[in-house]
Amino acid sequence: MQVLQQKAKELLESGKVQVVIGYGEGTGERVRPLFVRTAEEVSKLVWDDRCRQNLAVYLNKPEIKKMGMPALIATPVVVHTVIQLIAEHQLKVDGVLTLVVENGSVKELFDTTSLEAYAESHPVIFPPFVKQEIKTIAEMSLHERFKFWQDEFSRCIKCYACRSACPLCYCERCITDNNQPQWISSASHAQGNFEWHVNRAMHLAGRCIQCGSCTIACPVGIPIGLLTIEASRIVGTEFGQQPGLKCDAVPAMSSFKVEDTETFIK
Amino acid sequence: MENTFEPKIVAFVCNWCTYAGADLTGTSRIKYATNVRIVRFPCTGRIDYNLLLKAFAQGADGVIVSGCHPNDCHYTSGNFHARRRWIVFRQMMEYMGFDMSRVKFSWVSAAEGAKWADIVNTTVQEIRDLGPSKEYAEMSRLGVV
Repeated sequence: MQVLQQKAKELLESGKVQVVIGYGEGTGERVRPLFVRTAEEVSKLVWDDRCRQNLAVYLNKPEIKKMGMPALIATPVVVHTVIQLIAEHQLKVDGVLTLVVENGSVKELFDTTSLEAYAESHPVIFPPFVKQEIKTIAEMSLHERFKFWQDEFSRCIKCYACRSACPLCYCERCITDNNQPQWISSASHAQGNFEWHVNRAMHLAGRCIQCGSCTIACPVGIPIGLLTIEASRIVGTEFGQQPGLKCDAVPAMSSFKVEDTETFIK
Repeated sequence: MENTFEPKIVAFVCNWCTYAGADLTGTSRIKYATNVRIVRFPCTGRIDYNLLLKAFAQGADGVIVSGCHPNDCHYTSGNFHARRRWIVFRQMMEYMGFDMSRVKFSWVSAAEGAKWADIVNTTVQEIRDLGPSKEYAEMSRLGVV
């Protein structure tokens, strides 16, 4: 924590960055995102196991862009996010200074080589309960799975917190905001909920870097991450592409190979 | 008891291959099941998976998606993009418990009139055995639609 605060102070005082995006104390026992703009405020920065929310989501917000050059305090999965955003041309490589904490000191990742090297040495590892849930769902029958997801979606209130928290949901006009024609109903009923989650999973296929922010953000506790993780797993297995590893990767769902194979097209 | 259920099938087809192929089926006077409503698209690459969901939401019991064979796309690569999309969509839907055996995919060229008739007849028979589509009926019942 001290090293981070010290690094933030240096960066702000030297003028290298105008804002340090990190975590600060929130309500109750939680942390919240913090945007430090002066050297005096760096003491508010915290760094512990509670810091899981993906802060890269703020990199694309116009209010944050206006603040100037950002430094981003990154967990390993946030580094994957930065790489994926660069690959999708939403971020310039020199548009953010990524800070990672390693062995008690702060390291700056500032170019493709350092970002990719860090991402490669820090692959996404799921906690045991996530692996177990994925296994349980895979072992259910089709009908059981339908019932499981309908039960989960019955609580969905269409708040779109999952969309707001996801750094890869950066579309300024989301398909679900379209009402001429309305593709997905915005009412909080079974049919519209189902279609919303199908669309979200499909739009994140091969792009979801599995940070879990959507699941953290959901106010009614739907395991949304399980859907987007599955979508990315399908893309990884079928087309051999993992998101968040290479800054020059071509998006899997926007490209194709002539040799793609399937068994279901007659 | 005889199964008298007549399924409603919506077919999303590409203009240049399958639609022309279906036309050939007709001009060749090949008789085939009448349960299909054909919707014409310029290319399978244009077919959004939301349209398939809308078909089921509007009461379809089965869906056929058909286009040009790989390397024969009128727009060069539309069917390649579509193929990737379907590979992911099918598995995603099965993961969420939607019965994808109600959706049939095929490559039917403009010369394959007999194949089109075969695809339709097989699909209609399979959907007739599966019965009316259940997922959207269930969802409509669960919430206010």
